[in-house]
Amino acid sequence: MELNKFDFNNYRDLLDRYILKQDESALYQAEQFTKLSMQNNILPEEFINIHIQALKELYPDLPKEICASLNFLLETMISYGLAYQEFQTLREKQGELESEISVAASMQQTLLSTTKPEISGLDIGAISVPANRMNGDYHHFVKDESNNLGIAIADVIGKGIPAALAMSMIKYALDSFPESQLSPSVILENLNRVVERNVDTNMFITMFYGFFDSKNSVLQYASAGHEPGFYYCAKEDKFIEIKAKGLVLGVTPDAIYEQFELKLEKDDIVILLTDGVTECRIGERFIESEEVLHVIRQYIHLPAQEAVEKVFKYFERIQDFHLRDDFTLIFLKKEV
Amino acid sequence: MDLNINILGNVEGTKQILKLTGEIDAYTAPKLKEALLPLVKKDGELVIVDLENVSYMDSTGLGVFISALKATKEHNSELRLVSLQDRVERLFEITGLNSIINIDSTVQGGN
Repeated sequence: MELNKFDFNNYRDLLDRYILKQDESALYQAEQFTKLSMQNNILPEEFINIHIQALKELYPDLPKEICASLNFLLETMISYGLAYQEFQTLREKQGELESEISVAASMQQTLLSTTKPEISGLDIGAISVPANRMNGDYHHFVKDESNNLGIAIADVIGKGIPAALAMSMIKYALDSFPESQLSPSVILENLNRVVERNVDTNMFITMFYGFFDSKNSVLQYASAGHEPGFYYCAKEDKFIEIKAKGLVLGVTPDAIYEQFELKLEKDDIVILLTDGVTECRIGERFIESEEVLHVIRQYIHLPAQEAVEKVFKYFERIQDFHLRDDFTLIFLKKEV
Repeated sequence: MDLNINILGNVEGTKQILKLTGEIDAYTAPKLKEALLPLVKKDGELVIVDLENVSYMDSTGLGVFISALKATKEHNSELRLVSLQDRVERLFEITGLNSIINIDSTVQGGN
């Protein structure tokens, strides 16, 4: 792209003003001129050429040594020009990639979205925030006709786009299991086979699966190597780690998952999370689980949704609003 | 934080000791994988990974050890992790991997 005559004259006059008066405002305008030239894709060597032409118009008797040196400079700038063109191309490509990732992220949101069901007697709060654009955490609620709740919370190891794709596989595998009477241990055993067959060797998935039997207020659960959650016992005002040992999904085809049960009383809370909560760091220091519980304790009297949001805000703030890992927190609060 | 890997082979050449120093995370895990996988892919090799000086490991590090474990099955080699710090050991416990990977926290690496 060439500069038009008007711009050329403008540059020449600015140069003249500066040479004669060392005028600061001419310098400022020259800077504006550069910005405009960049917008018009003027390359560095073209710019030097403009300079040479302007100088020749202002000083027709310019010594031939100076002219030669400027031509020499022009030649040396050509490589910079090429590098600049390459930079421009990369910038355009990056823009395209960014928009593709945005499309993928919003598609992931649509594919993996879950609605928090209304279960009478149970107050549910859930928050899941990705550290980057694609979320490697996943949680899913299913409600059956008898007011029972199935709940999955998972973390894919391996981050970014491959992790997000693996999540979609998990979701569709979960959806394909018949709803009636599947126990958490059977669900995990089935999923384990799906994951083992279909993911790369250094990728694996941790998952906690729970089934809340509304009629008896019992939570049945099993865990595939997932970060342990907590059970808040209201009567004793105490937090107890929900221990459920089991191997992560996708490592061996024949893993067995032990199933446990927990009876919930009024105001008891089941707290489920991913390691984005417990592996939270402030500078070089890790947050210990007592500290996580100390924060949670401050908000347990609130409605479940408000509580998980407050806890998230707290951890977001102490990490300077920059999450290192995807963060998912779920509260199931027994109301009556 | 970086990860340093020292490989100490023995005379017979059937035992390798990897002494790691630093942190294993998404940035350093590829480096570990590059060093570890060729060793466990040698038939009949015993590979000992000394984690005494590893203060932090995240789940990407676990992924590398799972890959290595799968490779030992194919090549009839053996992987052993020694001298784990508490925080790192907890990760192997939660994920149940301590039941399928040979881990000894009490042993000093190399002995």
